[in-house]
Amino acid sequence: MMKKLVKKLLFVAGILLAAGFSLTPFLWFVLSAFKNQAQITAIPPQWLSSFSMDSFYSAVARYGIIHYLLNSAIVAGSATMVTISLGTLAGYALARLPRQWGQIILMGILACAMFPQISIAGPIWRFLRFMGWLNTYQGLVLPYVALTLPLAVWILALFFREIPEELEASALVDGCTRLGSLMRVILPLSAPGLFTAAILTFIYAWNEFFLALLIMTDPARQTMPVGIALFQGEHTIPWGEIAAASFITTAPLILMVLLFQRRIVTGLSAGAIKG
Amino acid sequence: MASLGIKRISKRFGDVVALSKVDLDINEGEFCVLLGPSGCGKSTLLQIVAGLITQDEGSVLVNNKPVDHLSPRDRDVAMVFQNYALYPHMTVAQNLGFGLRMHGIHKDMILKRITETASLLGIENLLKRKPKELSGGQRQRVAMGRALVRRPKLFLLDEPLSNLDARLRINVRLELMRLHQQIQGTILYVTHDQIEAMTLGDKVVVMREGRIHQTDTPGTIYDYPSDTFVASFIGSPAMNLFKGNLIRAKKKLIFQSMDFSLNLQDIPPNFKDNTVEVGIRPEDIEVIHKPKNAFRAVVEMISNVGSEKYIHAHLGSTMLTVRATKEETFKPGETIHLVINPRKLHIFCKGKRI
Amino acid sequence: MIHRGQNFYLTLLVPVILVLLFFIAGPIGHSFFLSFHRIIIGLPQLKTPFVGLENYQELLNDPVAWHSFWITVVFVGTTTFFELLIGILLALLIHHRFPGRGALRACVLIPWAIPTVVSAQMWRFLFNDAYGVVNYAVFGTEITNYIPWLALPSTALLSIIVADIWKTSSFAALLILAGLQVIPEELYQAARVDGAVAWQRFCHITWPLIRPALLVALLFRTIDAFRVFDLAFVMTQGGPADATNVLQLYGYKKMFVEGWMGYGSAISVCIFIIVLVLAITYVRMVGQRLLEARV
Repeated sequence: MMKKLVKKLLFVAGILLAAGFSLTPFLWFVLSAFKNQAQITAIPPQWLSSFSMDSFYSAVARYGIIHYLLNSAIVAGSATMVTISLGTLAGYALARLPRQWGQIILMGILACAMFPQISIAGPIWRFLRFMGWLNTYQGLVLPYVALTLPLAVWILALFFREIPEELEASALVDGCTRLGSLMRVILPLSAPGLFTAAILTFIYAWNEFFLALLIMTDPARQTMPVGIALFQGEHTIPWGEIAAASFITTAPLILMVLLFQRRIVTGLSAGAIKG
Repeated sequence: MASLGIKRISKRFGDVVALSKVDLDINEGEFCVLLGPSGCGKSTLLQIVAGLITQDEGSVLVNNKPVDHLSPRDRDVAMVFQNYALYPHMTVAQNLGFGLRMHGIHKDMILKRITETASLLGIENLLKRKPKELSGGQRQRVAMGRALVRRPKLFLLDEPLSNLDARLRINVRLELMRLHQQIQGTILYVTHDQIEAMTLGDKVVVMREGRIHQTDTPGTIYDYPSDTFVASFIGSPAMNLFKGNLIRAKKKLIFQSMDFSLNLQDIPPNFKDNTVEVGIRPEDIEVIHKPKNAFRAVVEMISNVGSEKYIHAHLGSTMLTVRATKEETFKPGETIHLVINPRKLHIFCKGKRI
Repeated sequence: MIHRGQNFYLTLLVPVILVLLFFIAGPIGHSFFLSFHRIIIGLPQLKTPFVGLENYQELLNDPVAWHSFWITVVFVGTTTFFELLIGILLALLIHHRFPGRGALRACVLIPWAIPTVVSAQMWRFLFNDAYGVVNYAVFGTEITNYIPWLALPSTALLSIIVADIWKTSSFAALLILAGLQVIPEELYQAARVDGAVAWQRFCHITWPLIRPALLVALLFRTIDAFRVFDLAFVMTQGGPADATNVLQLYGYKKMFVEGWMGYGSAISVCIFIIVLVLAITYVRMVGQRLLEARV
């Protein structure tokens, strides 16, 4: 009996430690968004004594957080839509091609995700400058599509493999074209997979920094990560505003995690088992 | 070897009652089979005996000593799983020796036992292979070897033959019988296959929905099923059961169903009820070729299994199955004449035998 | 099964292959090309002469480059080790079925989900030399003892290592968790009946069977760690005195801040080759192990 109790206690302690480790630094930081400057810089550190939304107002009014948010939304949203569209086709194709071919091509596609951004940054920057696409939405969306396709294709291929080929066969026999069977029969069934891939793609595009920093130098077009990284105060570091901006930028992500954590875990770990 | 006592074991999972006050005694060296449809609780009972899950009520006794507080490790039982549960990253030899290693047995002794067991099961040449390189039948034997090598007090087998194809199953069944004779182990064996139960068991326990319906030797269960469930579960094709009323007329007792009536014998004298169910096995109905004193039934279908035929016929609105020799040449639509031996009737009231 | 559909499937692949060729394979190849030229952004009148291996020679003799390589290696080694360790612990924890498991999973996912720059600002805040919580936790209210973590060469690298471990342990945990979940419950039951206690079950069953997942996690983490940029850029800008001037940051500065695109391309080619070698080594190892462990 004692052993069981000790085991249980250790387990609970483990859980609390894990949750604390993950959440506490972040919560502490975000809490600063609701404090005034004096509280933020106080030693010993103070919990919330008076609730204040000043940082938020300042972040929006003085630093224009909203338009950064808009840029992020447009870029991430567009990139996700394009990636999922193209990725679905490719994922489906890879799921149906004979094993060896499919594996090789998939490996090749995955390899594209492994290289450091800097390897492609130079030439892409030159190309965009040549096309006049620096500081435009498409200038960022296109590279993002390329960066997010590998993971999206991988996840989608995995999901499509689970759908039995007999379904297309019966659709063909019933009179569909190949494309038709894909659109009408397979696609609706793979909605969970599409959704998972979309979430992961969106999160990646929303959080991306290196290329955004490089390609969007005009503050009017910059995305949130760039905005947050380059936050400058006049005299002191505007922690309140940075925290507020961080809160705003991470809120949708946290919501996604809370709602879709099962899917996210499935998508991310897909690589590990079927690898 | 040990005796096993299961005393009033109950277990529920949430709202589902898996086992309800199950009582069972197994003697040393006995081969006891738990038989029942899926979901009847037989596997749960096995896991409770092994110590893998804890019961809500009741006690497990080995050699008359309660073992409920012991972990599986300390109970000295060995288990063969339905999917074999062979350790995929270990060789056959390592799989066989794992339990012995865990109990701290000396290396030389382990080697000796492995070699003995392997030759007993005929798997000496497989010792260096990994499970994925083995066929289904070979894996099954390694799983059994893993149990045998431990020389435990008790063997627990959870549907060990269900993943084998039909022919292999028969061979392995014979091997199991031979092994049991050699080792004289106390065995608790779970299956949903009644043929396995009837051929292997010294004692068969028929279970359904967490309760034991009957515990007896295979012969007794077959000839004297205690209720309608056991009666229809055991025997293939299933026993014919008819519902009807009992009519007491002077010195005679008559069973009256919608379509026919039978003379009955041997009812316990104090039985007062009037609604009964009467059962007769297909092999106890005789097909005769003279119409005298016989029932007339119309053939619907014939199942030809090669060595014999089963005739599915209807008597009025009642369906019944009759066993016939393979020489009979009846066709659907023909009328046949049947005789039922009243001594072979099973009479049930409210489901239970009387 | 449907063999005649081959062409159809290949057609579906074309858009993706084109995009990847154009935006990834092409640029990587072009980087190689650029690295053999001298290109200075902002001074187009100097043209872009072919200079052969000159950029690489300069790189080999560049002490900053070597220093950058070295600290990146330290970063990769330390973070990968700790992240896998914490990852295993987290995975074992999450693997158990208990009420609130979903909540724990969500908690653990949050560091992964937030942008790296946000976590960088967060740690910048926590490591602050005047009012950072880390200083308070270590030294209490004796402000005079507070360490300027991000401004001291000796502690700056440590700070970004801590930040990375916080952010990515959960990702490692998820990959390992996937490996854990494939192990059939029956194996543990058999082991319990065979007499194995908890730590024995971990050593003999769990550990051998999660090795493939561990290797995959190792592969991803190592390659990812070589690409560290966001943390160094936001937290320390590569300083103090190049203490955190990791490879990609160094390459970025040379290429886009100082404008040496040719030289910067040489750096990017080197990073590419390092990552390529790593990837091939791992894939070889993982490939073998995966084949072994397939049940």
